[in-house]
Amino acid sequence: MPTQVESDVQTSEDAFRTEVRQFLATNFPDELKGTGNMMAGLDGPTDENPVQKKWREAVGGRGWGTPTWPKEYGGGGLTKGQARIIEHEFAKVGAYNPIGGMGVMMFGPTLLEYGDERQKLEHIPPICRGEIRWCQGYSEPNAGSDLANLQTFAVDKGDHYLINGQKTWTSGGQWADKCFAIVRTDRSDKHKGISFMLIDMDAPGVEVRPITMISGTSPFCETFFTDVKVPKENLVGKEGQGWTIGKRLLQHERTNISGGGRLAGMMGQSLGDIAKKYCETGGDGALVNKVLRDKIADLEIRWNSFLLTARRAVEESKAQGGVSEISSVLKKVGTKLAQDRSELLIEIRGFQGLGWEGDEFGDDELEDVRGWLFGKAATIYGGSTEVQNNIIAKRVLGMLDHQ
Amino acid sequence: MAVLSEEQEMLRNMARDWATKESPVSEFRKVRAAGQPQAYNADAYAAMAEMGWVGIIIPEAHGGSDFGFSSAGLVVEELGKTLTASPLVATTIAASAILLGGSDAQKAKWLPRLASGETVATLAIDEGAHCDPSAIETSVSGGKLTGKKAFVHEAHGASLFVVAAKDGLYLVEKGDGVSLTTRKLTDQRSHADIQFAGAAAEKLEGGGDSLLGDVLDRARVLSAAEMLGMAQAVFDTTLDYLKQRVQFNQVLATFQALQHRMADLFADLTQMRSAVEAGLQAVDSGFGVARAATIAKAEANRVLHAISNQGIQLHGGIGMTDEFNVGFYLKRARVLEASWGSSSYLKDRFARLSGY
Repeated sequence: MPTQVESDVQTSEDAFRTEVRQFLATNFPDELKGTGNMMAGLDGPTDENPVQKKWREAVGGRGWGTPTWPKEYGGGGLTKGQARIIEHEFAKVGAYNPIGGMGVMMFGPTLLEYGDERQKLEHIPPICRGEIRWCQGYSEPNAGSDLANLQTFAVDKGDHYLINGQKTWTSGGQWADKCFAIVRTDRSDKHKGISFMLIDMDAPGVEVRPITMISGTSPFCETFFTDVKVPKENLVGKEGQGWTIGKRLLQHERTNISGGGRLAGMMGQSLGDIAKKYCETGGDGALVNKVLRDKIADLEIRWNSFLLTARRAVEESKAQGGVSEISSVLKKVGTKLAQDRSELLIEIRGFQGLGWEGDEFGDDELEDVRGWLFGKAATIYGGSTEVQNNIIAKRVLGMLDHQ
Repeated sequence: MAVLSEEQEMLRNMARDWATKESPVSEFRKVRAAGQPQAYNADAYAAMAEMGWVGIIIPEAHGGSDFGFSSAGLVVEELGKTLTASPLVATTIAASAILLGGSDAQKAKWLPRLASGETVATLAIDEGAHCDPSAIETSVSGGKLTGKKAFVHEAHGASLFVVAAKDGLYLVEKGDGVSLTTRKLTDQRSHADIQFAGAAAEKLEGGGDSLLGDVLDRARVLSAAEMLGMAQAVFDTTLDYLKQRVQFNQVLATFQALQHRMADLFADLTQMRSAVEAGLQAVDSGFGVARAATIAKAEANRVLHAISNQGIQLHGGIGMTDEFNVGFYLKRARVLEASWGSSSYLKDRFARLSGY
């Protein structure tokens, strides 16, 4: 028999579920059913149509796109249980969360932890309403895996900093309104000389050049800063605290690259089902090529246990509070499996799975080819697989530094 | 590690404590040295039954605690870490067969005896060297069961067998018409071929057509839990060793080649834990059991295989000696990998379940 407390929780959850259903019935337009959130990915500018805009404003206005964030900053102020109800009820009617992007996934949680009151009041509410696009100013030409080697420099000019330098691999830089960046404020100490700052992308001296990738797309940019003025109030935390804050943000990034719904979405259709369209099957419906069949089963079993691991990480981090220590494992395993899947898809489709352009290829075939190429970046960005291995070995397993 | 309830945490801690103090690998060495065919310490098994571990999946009405497979898995995992030799897994799986397929009378007769440790039971399914539930020749006529079963786990200690015949599962007590031929495998545990020659058999009438498959799935997840404990133990032991051993004036743990190999194995172990815990949970919820059990055992096979091999490699020469425990895990690992479905069997099954 449930206790009084349990039954009270049950009653309030039922009431909240009803509230969410009513909200969806009133606000979610049928024509958006099953479409995606344009701000959730790395791709594309925000060309909203009025229907999408209205849906974003409805969700953002209640803070339900960031349900567990505090209400005073525009979040939902809800419990994790209520957030799960929102997620569940939205999914049931095919409604997407219109609030997303790097502000939600990485920057917001970090600012809530390290920002001062004024910064939170200024920057969090527009993220909750989906009004502002953030980009990440981290990597530089000589600071990739060795990120702390960054050289972009901020000189203290009294009431502001003057920034000079170059960032690269700025995801979505060409569409971003603002940039959270780590920059050097002191050359005498590699890690303690780094500070975390917020930069307006339309400030004078900011120049963005998209980089064309092997996949033919340009989701990343080079970003140049020439005498860019950044007001002092845009320093997050203290001078020299940037490496600590920046690393915290990367934990959120890793969890999102691997643990969120994105990879799961990419892996939507069963490889076995695809293979049955392209390859010979026997009378029992099984693939005739048993070697290929074995490869597919092997990958799908590992993929399933990856999804289970992602779910476990979420449950553990909810139970313990904070990001699960297996976020490095998720990033490393999820990106590798996604690459393996793309390669196997090519083997399944043969030359038909290597099309670059042309009407003879289906949209799904062409998209998968570009995805295969672009997917090579996944084991490099967000901390390469080799960096994840270092993190696992040293931080999780306590193996000593090799340097 | 799955998020545990308070009771589960207590159970896990109790099992961990007992395994570490009362049943370290040195106890398995004693069992091996004693050379008894049943290959376990009866006092230790009695103590386990006393603590309620055999009855974890058995309803309270029949002398158990009804905590479910997830809880049983916690205990089995801890015992796997120290290679505790006991018929706990075999008896628990046999109990699940009676629970799924037995009549009220059969349940009332056998489950309390299994829970108390008085009776040891085991599955006798396969008739050759591979898991192949589709190739069963054993038959029953007029309540008498005849056939040959191969490589039956815990056969020497068991006095009750759950036997697969062409038309379903039967309970057969050790006695007239049941003869054992010992088969010594690398793990030095109890295995035997069994000849049933007109042995008295009582059918498990319930459970429907899927009974055998359902029981095998339970055998898969519980074996996978034992394998998880073994993989964790080999991993932990190897990691400790790498942190101590010095070569080239350097602790081995500081070599990046070894760090990255351990990171790979840690990722594999993480995947294995997720799959095994999900398999156990699926049995408790009754939802998607066949698929989850297949994934659990397939991942257990893959990862324990890799970790048991790397355990030897990373220990170097001493890993090859009988004095070190790591070799015992390798020799038990392959026996469990072959039990209830090898990797190739399970991949084939997964593909069939997925429709390709």
